Amino acid sequence: MEFGPYLMLAALEGAVTAAVLALMAAGLSLVFGVMRVVNVAHGEFYMLGAVLAFVVAGMAGGGALGFVAVLVAVPLIVAALAVAADVTVLKRVGYDPERTIVATIGILYIVQQVTLMGYGPDARPVAAPFNQRIALPWVEWGAGGPSLYWPWGLSITSYKLFVIGAAVVVLALLWVLMTRTRIGLVMRATQLDRETAQAFGIPVERVYALVFGLGAGLAALAGVLIVPIQQAHYLMGGDALLLSFIVVIIGGLGSLSGTLIAALLIGLSDGILSVFFSPTLAKIVATLLVALVLVFRPQGLMGKPER
Amino acid sequence: MSDPTKPGATPADPARRAALKTLAGAGTAAAALPLWARYTHAQSAAPIRVGFQMHATGIGAAYGRWYDRTTQAAARVINAAGGINGRPLEIVTEDDGTDPRRGAEVVEKFANQHRVDVAFGTLFSHVVIGSAPRAGELKLPYFAVSEGHHVASGMLNRWTLQPGITDVKSQVLAVAPFVAETLGRKVTMIFPDYAFGHDHRDFFSEAIAAQGGEVIAKLAIPPTETSFTRYFPRIPRETEVIYHVMVGPAVLTFVKEMGEFFGPSRPAIFGFIDSLEAVDLRSPGLDFLEGTYFWEGMPRYVQPDQTEFDRHFRAEVGIDENGASASDPRDVSTYAHMFGCWETLYIIKRGMDAAGYAGPQDRQKLVEAVEAMTDMAESNEHPQGAKLFNGRTHQVFGQQHVSRLENGRLDVVRTVPLEETFYPDEVDYTARPF
Repeated sequence: MEFGPYLMLAALEGAVTAAVLALMAAGLSLVFGVMRVVNVAHGEFYMLGAVLAFVVAGMAGGGALGFVAVLVAVPLIVAALAVAADVTVLKRVGYDPERTIVATIGILYIVQQVTLMGYGPDARPVAAPFNQRIALPWVEWGAGGPSLYWPWGLSITSYKLFVIGAAVVVLALLWVLMTRTRIGLVMRATQLDRETAQAFGIPVERVYALVFGLGAGLAALAGVLIVPIQQAHYLMGGDALLLSFIVVIIGGLGSLSGTLIAALLIGLSDGILSVFFSPTLAKIVATLLVALVLVFRPQGLMGKPER
Repeated sequence: MSDPTKPGATPADPARRAALKTLAGAGTAAAALPLWARYTHAQSAAPIRVGFQMHATGIGAAYGRWYDRTTQAAARVINAAGGINGRPLEIVTEDDGTDPRRGAEVVEKFANQHRVDVAFGTLFSHVVIGSAPRAGELKLPYFAVSEGHHVASGMLNRWTLQPGITDVKSQVLAVAPFVAETLGRKVTMIFPDYAFGHDHRDFFSEAIAAQGGEVIAKLAIPPTETSFTRYFPRIPRETEVIYHVMVGPAVLTFVKEMGEFFGPSRPAIFGFIDSLEAVDLRSPGLDFLEGTYFWEGMPRYVQPDQTEFDRHFRAEVGIDENGASASDPRDVSTYAHMFGCWETLYIIKRGMDAAGYAGPQDRQKLVEAVEAMTDMAESNEHPQGAKLFNGRTHQVFGQQHVSRLENGRLDVVRTVPLEETFYPDEVDYTARPF
């Protein structure tokens, strides 16, 4: 394949990765930012989203209507589960940083193994509501000036475009929620200073439950969006968790804009490096980036230094 | 959350103490059960225990499920016909998580804890390669059902045998002439990046070169990969044939994304059915595979010349004419591979009958008896077809099929007789010590 179309294909693939990653990492970053909880079970909420998408799609029947039902219902179910986990587990350990890590590792295994017992070890597909292949043209400078042609393999599917669009819309909504609504204000107040917020009558525990649910819901939504492209499998949370941590560390824990920038950076570099060189090199570069950020800018690209 | 200060939950509570005592008593009885149970049976009636190393979880789970069903069916049929040497056959299943390290632990558990007579059933070649050395050290006969060339290559040991399924090297020797004659000579290979895929890469490259063809690109993909489009741009434009073989939970994604990549202008495609084992060929996104070809070890769809042995095998395992579970048409089997478990269990039975196997002290005799085997006639014991076992390389040879995908089903277009799948021996295990 020639260089131009090759690069474009790589960028498109990278954009899909970045979109899903941004959603997931935004959830992780939100939970850390507001609650100071490093949620190791975040990847399992993503997996749960994908698996429940299979289950709910089976109950709702296929087609676009069924998929809309999945898009609405699944993140809500997962968010409810996360709220329950917050109230029954995280609240009990007092949101202590070390103990929440251990507790969320426990949640990780419980969710993963329960899924294995209930859903089984198979990867199962969910049909995309629409999935046309869109061949993309490329400009060629021939003897008679520029002309369009359709290179072999340069294409994207309508569903992949939808994933990118959906991620942009959801992230925009999240930004509006955080900066323009009362509930966002309450969350930011809790993030800034938990005790003062409580003194001003903010029900901090309810805010925590809400934030934990919202973070898990975002991960589940990412899982729902990816499942027609990949398939639902009980081990899919591991890699996703690793990549989200990379994104959140590079972007700065708790910073939404940093997360977005880092997701684009990692998604595109992953797409481009793995197309041109090898996917292993892409992972090496991502890990190297994390190391460099930790050494030279420990608070992340957009994070604020500790006060 | 229980509150220890509430009276009902204190450790001193008498009801709780009594319950604990009862439990302890029952536990002791249960722990001692094997001791007294042992003497209720005569030595000769004790079951022959076959350790089944199953890919119940991990990336090989779909195969594991069907290997299990086939194994249980074969054991049932063998027991109904009187078992082995008049003793019942008992399958002891352990999950290896499709993980080499866990595989070695499972082998150890079989030998030291379950005290099985032999171990069998592993498919994924990295698990076989991880487990076989331990089986050799423990002097436990280890029957792989794996397709990998690692047995016949001489890499493993005298205790490891593969008498129930053919290996990749003879499979590619069987299909290479078809690929070169019918589809094209410039081949791009896509294969999983571990031992099994490397067998494909090395032996198909050799085999196609012998047919005057050439492999112009080799795409190795990690078996745990979930996204594939980014690999495809490395397929050179002059490719005439795509040769694909993929494993793992994401096989359907792999094939779908390949279709999306090529769109309407695809080259000829030849795949190993491994890429779509346990996957319904009518799944959305697979339409582009119409008219492409697949290797099959045993035809998934009932063919017009179906043998009575295939009918028997399907009926006993519970498989319909489309290769799916008779109780759930969406539960598609791994039909091209799982016969290997069935046939291997019959080899174990035949070997034990021949060796007069009485217990673990006869394990060496069993291996020698299997090594002495040659012809295996097409029969209820060998429903895939007649086979020839090579005792020196511990590897069996059998017929292979090339099938064409049409109207969402596979039909055999060429059956390659087993004589065309031979290659020179690379090892003589019989010369190695036990």
